[in-house]
Amino acid sequence: MKISCPICGDRDIREFTCMGHASMLNRPDPHAGAKVWNEYLHNRENPAGVIDELWWHGQGCGAWLVVTRNTVTHEILGARLARDVKKEMRDAG
Amino acid sequence: MRFSAFEILKQGLTGNKGWKPHWRSPEPKSHYDVIIVGGGGHGLATAFYLAKEHGITNVAVLEKGYIGGGNVGRNTTIVRANYGLEGNSQFYSHSLKLWENMEADFNFNAMHSQRGIINLFHSDGQRDAFARRGNMMISQGDDAILLDREGVREMLPYLDYEQTRFPIYGGLYHPRGGTARHDAVAWGYARGADMRGVDIIQNCEVQGIDIENGKVVGVQTSKGPIKCGKLGLVTAGRSSQTAAMAGMRLPIESHVLQAFVTEGLKPCVDHVVTYGMGHFYISQSDKGGLVFGGDLDFYASYAARGNLPMVEHVVEAGMTLMPMIGKARMLRSWGGIMDMSPDGSPIIDRTHIDGLYLNCGWCYGGFKAVPGSGFSMAHLMATGNHHAPAEKYRLSRFETGRGLMDEEATGAQHNLH
Amino acid sequence: MRVDGKGRIDRSATRSFSFAGKSYQGFAGDTLASALLANDVRLMGRSFKYHRPRGVLTAGSEEPNALVTIGSGAGQEPNVRATMQELYEGLEARPQNAWPSLDWDVLEINDLISPFLSAGFYYKTFMWPKAFWEKVYEPFIRNAAGLGALSGSDDADKYDKAFAHCDVLVIGAGPAGLMAARMLGLAGLDVILADESWELGGRLLSETEEVGGQAGSDWAAGVAADLGDMPNVRVMTRTTVTGAYDGGIFGALEKVGHHGPVPNGAPRETFWRIQTKRAVLAAGALERPIAFANNDRPGVMTAGAVRTYLNRYGVAPGRKIAVFGNNDDAHRTAMDLQDAGVEVAAVIDSRDDVSVPVDAKVMAGARVVGTKGRLGLREIMIDTGRGVRPLQVDCLAVSGGWNPSVHLTCHMNGRPVWEPSIASFVPTPGAVPGLVACGSAAGDMATADVLASAARVASDIAADLGKSAPTAELPEAEGHVYAIEPLWDAGGKGRAWLDFQNDVTTKDVRQAAKENYASVEHMKRYTTQGMATDQGKNSNVAALAVLADATGRGIPETGTTTFRPPYSPVALAALGAGAKGKGFAPERLTTSHAATVARNAPMIEAGLWYRPSYFPQAGETTWRESCDREVGWVRDAVGVCDVSTLGKIDIQGPDAGAFLDFVYTNTFSTLKVGKVRYGLMLREDGHVMDDGTCARWGDTHFVMTTTTAAAGQVMKHLDYVHQCLRPDLDVSIVSATEQWAQFAVAGPKSRDLLNALLDAPIDNESFPYMGCGPVSVAGVAGRLFRISFSGEHAYEVAVPARYGDSLFRMLVAQAEALGGGAYGMEALNVLRIEKGFITHAEIHGRTTAFDIGMGRMVSSKKDCIGQTMAARPGLVEDREELVGFRPARPTGKLLAGAHIYPLDGDAVRERDQGYITSVAYSPTVGTDIALGFVRNGRNRMGEKLRMMDHLRGEETLVELCDPVFVDPEGGRLRG
Repeated sequence: MKISCPICGDRDIREFTCMGHASMLNRPDPHAGAKVWNEYLHNRENPAGVIDELWWHGQGCGAWLVVTRNTVTHEILGARLARDVKKEMRDAG
Repeated sequence: MRFSAFEILKQGLTGNKGWKPHWRSPEPKSHYDVIIVGGGGHGLATAFYLAKEHGITNVAVLEKGYIGGGNVGRNTTIVRANYGLEGNSQFYSHSLKLWENMEADFNFNAMHSQRGIINLFHSDGQRDAFARRGNMMISQGDDAILLDREGVREMLPYLDYEQTRFPIYGGLYHPRGGTARHDAVAWGYARGADMRGVDIIQNCEVQGIDIENGKVVGVQTSKGPIKCGKLGLVTAGRSSQTAAMAGMRLPIESHVLQAFVTEGLKPCVDHVVTYGMGHFYISQSDKGGLVFGGDLDFYASYAARGNLPMVEHVVEAGMTLMPMIGKARMLRSWGGIMDMSPDGSPIIDRTHIDGLYLNCGWCYGGFKAVPGSGFSMAHLMATGNHHAPAEKYRLSRFETGRGLMDEEATGAQHNLH
Repeated sequence: MRVDGKGRIDRSATRSFSFAGKSYQGFAGDTLASALLANDVRLMGRSFKYHRPRGVLTAGSEEPNALVTIGSGAGQEPNVRATMQELYEGLEARPQNAWPSLDWDVLEINDLISPFLSAGFYYKTFMWPKAFWEKVYEPFIRNAAGLGALSGSDDADKYDKAFAHCDVLVIGAGPAGLMAARMLGLAGLDVILADESWELGGRLLSETEEVGGQAGSDWAAGVAADLGDMPNVRVMTRTTVTGAYDGGIFGALEKVGHHGPVPNGAPRETFWRIQTKRAVLAAGALERPIAFANNDRPGVMTAGAVRTYLNRYGVAPGRKIAVFGNNDDAHRTAMDLQDAGVEVAAVIDSRDDVSVPVDAKVMAGARVVGTKGRLGLREIMIDTGRGVRPLQVDCLAVSGGWNPSVHLTCHMNGRPVWEPSIASFVPTPGAVPGLVACGSAAGDMATADVLASAARVASDIAADLGKSAPTAELPEAEGHVYAIEPLWDAGGKGRAWLDFQNDVTTKDVRQAAKENYASVEHMKRYTTQGMATDQGKNSNVAALAVLADATGRGIPETGTTTFRPPYSPVALAALGAGAKGKGFAPERLTTSHAATVARNAPMIEAGLWYRPSYFPQAGETTWRESCDREVGWVRDAVGVCDVSTLGKIDIQGPDAGAFLDFVYTNTFSTLKVGKVRYGLMLREDGHVMDDGTCARWGDTHFVMTTTTAAAGQVMKHLDYVHQCLRPDLDVSIVSATEQWAQFAVAGPKSRDLLNALLDAPIDNESFPYMGCGPVSVAGVAGRLFRISFSGEHAYEVAVPARYGDSLFRMLVAQAEALGGGAYGMEALNVLRIEKGFITHAEIHGRTTAFDIGMGRMVSSKKDCIGQTMAARPGLVEDREELVGFRPARPTGKLLAGAHIYPLDGDAVRERDQGYITSVAYSPTVGTDIALGFVRNGRNRMGEKLRMMDHLRGEETLVELCDPVFVDPEGGRLRG
């Protein structure tokens, strides 16, 4: 498997580690309440299909990426810098 | 038909023509008291204990493929009760006791072999952590022996004691741990459940869950609608999909775990051995293949197959620990879909929907749990009360933080357990 | 028997070898199997379960019977296929799974009692008495099972791993692979052509057919020469593509040194990871046998294998050979044998209307239904439709048809589809992204069709990759239609084998169906059909057909066949090459390593690092003596310890303070420049991730330290928090662990020591407790932090790593002059336990700030990682809290890992109060002391409890105390 790092280009998956669902970007307000935080930290959509995941290019440039991937076929559909995704989310409110 | 040496003799002398189906293949009835979704080890065991322990026999197990086709037929067959934390300790202790009697219970030889497990450690810190765990095991009534380096060498002379990257300091030996013939566990429970009247329905996919006024009333399946009083979801790596039919989102991520077997070899590894400085565990099957595994591939997957980086990493760990396996050849590799929970421990609980019960989150430790899980799940579904050894396996623990059982101590990241 | 004038062997180069202790001769170009057959050795192995005598069935890597052990001693290699082992001078092969000898095998008794060993018999017995399983039954089964044996020890053979990259990987160098590779090469693409044999040509080497007006093998040699001239084509012989993986990655095993003495330094095998844009599956097809009674005797082999032995190796596997088949391809064997002057006893074809241009008797509509001969075929029984008659033969060539080599297309969960015209499965297109099958692998059986499909596939791929392939000039080749009528089970009296190695017969499959193991997967697992070393290559399709028949279903409805990686088995030494011994993980050495080793300090692993356990001195006989002395140095004089392994992270930017406020529980934005603060870091789930100090070096510049163990995790975490959660913060984070060598200088004389080395002396004013700043150390710009992990007046001094070695030597020399010296991990651990400082023994991943008594460090004035979840009720109520333990009697022994129980009652889980995490003998206190956790422990100071270590049989009365054993007021720190 290869991930196309927006900074480094195509790199072997051995250079990356996966953290889990990109929903981790949506960190709730500290006072959002136990249910919201439980949902954020523990519960998952866990789709059999396309998913956005957080991967770290730890053996490369150190960038955190949002990788779009299919969990059934393992096809990798794209990768963006997590910081860009997060900033867009902020801009979108 | 009761299986015995005598029966084998009799059948052998009459051309093996009289063997009967080990379980029936009935068409589904229109209503069951209990429906179990998922014909894996846990689902079949649940049905078996519902019938055996609680006399509830109007039960169907619905399996979308063939029974035992999931993780119960894809694991590295290790059976143990060597957990370190309150909650897991009593559950796996109970489960191991069931293992020790299950073959008599369902009259099927699952080849449960208590050949002993040795968890190696490689530093003073690891020794202290294993000592803590071993003391927990003994205080729970299970067995554990702390071996020093020489004690390990006596039992496992083939390890590399001179050159290996992380020297062997000792091991925690669990004599009652061992292995079993994984498929036979599923078949044994199926046979035992079927004998007691449970309907095992294969190629029957559940496509919807019918809920009326907050209560489960039945399921929609590829073989038509079926009514039920209670519904248990025991679908391991597919738990998120089945629960979604009831509108629930679970604390589960599905990940792929690979396992490996070599060509058959004369006996050379007599125990289950685990490496402490990387995920690597190995035993030798009765057929002679070295059966071994390691860590998750780490990315979410429903593909039940993995990739080379983890294959190589696992074998590398094996080669530094026991280089004598170098000339063994990997015959087959495969993957299973693991229902990873946020603390690495499972969930056996009721849900906010009346009559709907949940059994999932076994991560990659589900095989040894099969009897205990079925027993406790059956107890919960039959009596409405949590079975004592499994009472910590609540869904609510993640929200409240009460009774988290994070054996790996890696925190709320599903793929790290 | 050798046949004159046939074969590709070099008759001028004889090779002596031995098998089962007897010496033989063969030729260069032989395999072990062909050389044995040439010497009329037919018995080469024993089956797995019934220990039936077996000879070769095939001539390829799918061989199920002729498995032998090569070599002896540590390097002996079990389960080698005699059909793939190239003959070399001095080759020693031994039979396996037979005792006392191959001819007389005691366990052949299993064959006599086989009625009682039918499918799954072991699931139905051996259950009584219970204790007998591990003690009697299982050891017997284990010893009887298994094939060859490992030597049990490490061997000196070298293995290697490598990466390769290409545009197109062509798998298989038969006519299809050669055709495709040449076209792709001519198109200018970067091509790798891999084949498991040492010679290119595939089936063309085994057939007498012509391609392009010349012998097929000559055509192959011509293409091979063309490919050799193309710099963009890499030909990898003796290389088996073993697996298809995600993203165009294929595994491949190259046997570099199996065909003779390994050249100096060369590996025996290399495992390749090949990254390619496209792949061509040109792996051909494998012939399958037919099931009939006793079809497993030595001398029964596939018809194609007989042609291989004849045409490629110049060997007739018998003197009087019959051919039995259900397809036209089988007839070639009879014709080739006749042309070579070998007697063909009969051609038996299950189809009614056949004609074969041979002189031999052709029996249409007939079947072979039985055989005789204990250690080798003597006679076959033929059902002619009008009765059964015997025929004396010593070899039977069988063809049940050909199965396309779909294996790699299954590796990513693709399921092959049934193709009735060839009565077999063909690959599902797209089953492996980027891989296209052609030739026989795709179900094209005639050579002309094979070449045409390869040309088509090559031209499509070239176009797809933006190149134009030259117009294919298809050489003339055989084009006759492959006519087949399915025949799976020819019947007869007795068992008919499907899976030869695992001894699975048609009866077993039928019995499985009867017992309701009717799904293919159940049948396979219940009977072990297809689980042998060939992964069912020889038997899966026929077994499926028999199961379909037994269950009254068609083959497509019954299921499909599937295969998992690897295609053929791969040595673990190759997959794990480089990891033996120290190769498993990198070794990280500090700059003081050489000087430390020179002082005879035993080095211990700390993660990937090596650190000194202690520094022994003359006359000391135990580590404790050394450790106690080193502790005393630090408490009374001064000690020096390399702490470079701690993570050092440089954090800069206008928002650095705000960033640290977010990752630490406590506040750092208010820290003054030139000051250091202890910081606690949580995971988002509210448990402690790590602790350490963080120094404010400038307005916008912090220097963070982490523990050695968590350095990588913290760096990843900081990157995560910054990039994923707070990209709005203007901050840069970089690890500087390797860039700085850092040493602790601890003890009452620490300042004296430093002042001897610093270019400008320091005092308590310029460097108060928790102060930091730049210093000049013997002319080198360094950093000085006044922090302590021992409770003593202490500093950590850092210099660029290249000066580490000399600084360490200077510091130790100075310390020794002041009555102290270097100290190791043991002393460091004692010092920190005495002072109640925690490590990952305490913050082990399940503890909270509350548990370790630092609940108040979680500031409520700001948001930080972990703050919200740390407030969950379960993380603050009824917890096990950090405490100290003293033995109630001074000689009482404490043990890390022991649990704590009330004084009375049983020491059982239900009464568990906590556990001990860290223990040391404190030379300062004069007793064992310990840290650990006890339920509500902070409110139980002074309480007496029972420490119980069941494992080591140690029970000690302990008293709970404050975890700080030495200088609780901290006066020494401020020195």
